[in-house]
Amino acid sequence: MTRIVAAPSRAAATPRAARRPLRRTLNTVLIYAVLIGIFIFAAFPLIWTFIISITDSNSVTTGHTVYDFPASLFPARITVANFFNVVRTYPAIEHAFFNSVIISGLSIVLTVIVSALAAYPLARNEFWGKAVIFGVIVATMVLPTETSFLVNMLSLAHLRQIPVIGPLLGIGSYLGVVLPTVSTAFGIFLMRQAFLSIPQSLLEAARIDGAREGQIFRGIMLPLSMPSMAALSIFTLVNTWNSYFWPSIALTGSQDKFPLAVEMLKLKGAFNDNIFNTAAGAMIMMIPILLLFLFAQRFFMRGLEGATK
Amino acid sequence: MNVKSLRSALSSYVFLLPALVLLVVFTLYPVLYGSYLGFTEYTAANFATNQPPKWVGLDNFRTLANDDLFKTGVLNSLKYLLVVPALQLASLAVAVLVNRQLPFIAFFRAAYYVPVITSISLAAVMWDWIYNKDGTLNWLLKGLHLMNPSSNESWLLDPNTAFWAIMFVTFWKGFGYYMVLYMAGLQTIPEELEEAARLDGATPWHVFWRITVPLMQPTILLCSLLSTLSAIRVLEEVLVFTNGTGGPLNSTYTALLYVYKKSFGGLDFNYGLASAAGLVVAAIALILSVLNFRYFRDGSARA
Repeated sequence: MTRIVAAPSRAAATPRAARRPLRRTLNTVLIYAVLIGIFIFAAFPLIWTFIISITDSNSVTTGHTVYDFPASLFPARITVANFFNVVRTYPAIEHAFFNSVIISGLSIVLTVIVSALAAYPLARNEFWGKAVIFGVIVATMVLPTETSFLVNMLSLAHLRQIPVIGPLLGIGSYLGVVLPTVSTAFGIFLMRQAFLSIPQSLLEAARIDGAREGQIFRGIMLPLSMPSMAALSIFTLVNTWNSYFWPSIALTGSQDKFPLAVEMLKLKGAFNDNIFNTAAGAMIMMIPILLLFLFAQRFFMRGLEGATK
Repeated sequence: MNVKSLRSALSSYVFLLPALVLLVVFTLYPVLYGSYLGFTEYTAANFATNQPPKWVGLDNFRTLANDDLFKTGVLNSLKYLLVVPALQLASLAVAVLVNRQLPFIAFFRAAYYVPVITSISLAAVMWDWIYNKDGTLNWLLKGLHLMNPSSNESWLLDPNTAFWAIMFVTFWKGFGYYMVLYMAGLQTIPEELEEAARLDGATPWHVFWRITVPLMQPTILLCSLLSTLSAIRVLEEVLVFTNGTGGPLNSTYTALLYVYKKSFGGLDFNYGLASAAGLVVAAIALILSVLNFRYFRDGSARA
């Protein structure tokens, strides 16, 4: 503990700073004041929600309100009862959690597979039509997509009519939400960058040994681009876990398949009189993605930077 | 072409097939068909009875020109662009601030990114408590004596404030995202340049405006373009914060909310009109992109 606290003053002891120690210290104090100010701005809503979610609703003096500042920021009694309450009185949230896991899981697996498959020839092979195909993929990034949700909804409604596969792929199915979001220029680019950085000599050696394309792909390319696949997976997870608008449309008529992000707003309405339960529900949605982000930050940022290259 | 290269070409197409099929069906086709629908009469009733869209030329656009709700929406979407300069300046400044070696700096960077990974529906829940008449914002303003202790502003229910309250959440959710992009841009600036300027006695303020900003032109162009496009396309924020109503007195109604309401969100189910409105938004987005490019390219020419 002391070591961490001592770090700033140790930095101030470098020869150059020693000449102007006061100004340097003032500067550091000022920087940290600004940093903490922005931290409060960025994190307050989440911290506040977290505090509400663990506040014992009976310990709040003014009855069922937490709008009693600043006392409510320091709850007299802490409890996890709200979490059990919300699951017990609003069983849909358990179901929605499960739906979010399925939808995100499907999205991740399909996105990584589809992107990696498409990126491989684009990075490694010469073939007729390559420039055109690459051009089309680039073009999808600048298309005017304002009415895409409408047409995609109509397409999914058409798909639904087809016997046997309709209920699987059409409107109101898990795959119906997932499929339109799976193939993206971002994913293909990210995987292509990864494949381009693998030495060509490795591939040539494998080809000389008689390996077929599929074997090279599975045996060399995929294992060597694990970090990029991780980045794409986490990026996809965060996007699909949080996505609200498209699932709420594509799952029309199948409310039992709504993910947490859609169920969240209904939860707010359902617990208008009890914001402790709403806050607990919000935390159930936020905590998994927050933990994952904290553990996999490095990969996540890499995915984001890959998007802008 | 020999057998080997033919085989390689064939396998390339097979690898590309899933991605291309999905891109064509769910990205290319919707854009083309959606644009076509904008010039047709097409409703849910037509769709249900399998009747094809009926070509009506510019009729939908005439309807839009006379629809006050659409005009309100377009004006609000344009007004939403005000968030762009604020967002870009703030995130660039924060990026410069955190782009240094200090104890705990990684913690702050990560914390500033947390709003970005917050779902919009979650943001709506959390900010509702802040904007509530008994909420944190009023408490803070009263504590700072910026507000009459007896007044009870309910920020999301007042037509004068709802729009700005929602825009502020966009700012909150966005600045971490652009901060990371700017941090990546800052990595490309040679340290010696800023160091040399500092040795020559330049103030941090001068270093920022004369060296950092000009050298960051490409990143600034990218970020301002991304931010402009998402501002003109704003939909989810106004949808979740007002339960899809368009806010008090339609004060938060935006152009894309109109597209959504005419598609599925209302009672009209007028796909042709919705598509025409979408085309108008797309055209505005295109014009804004061109302006962005011109403005920032000229800027780099000057620098």
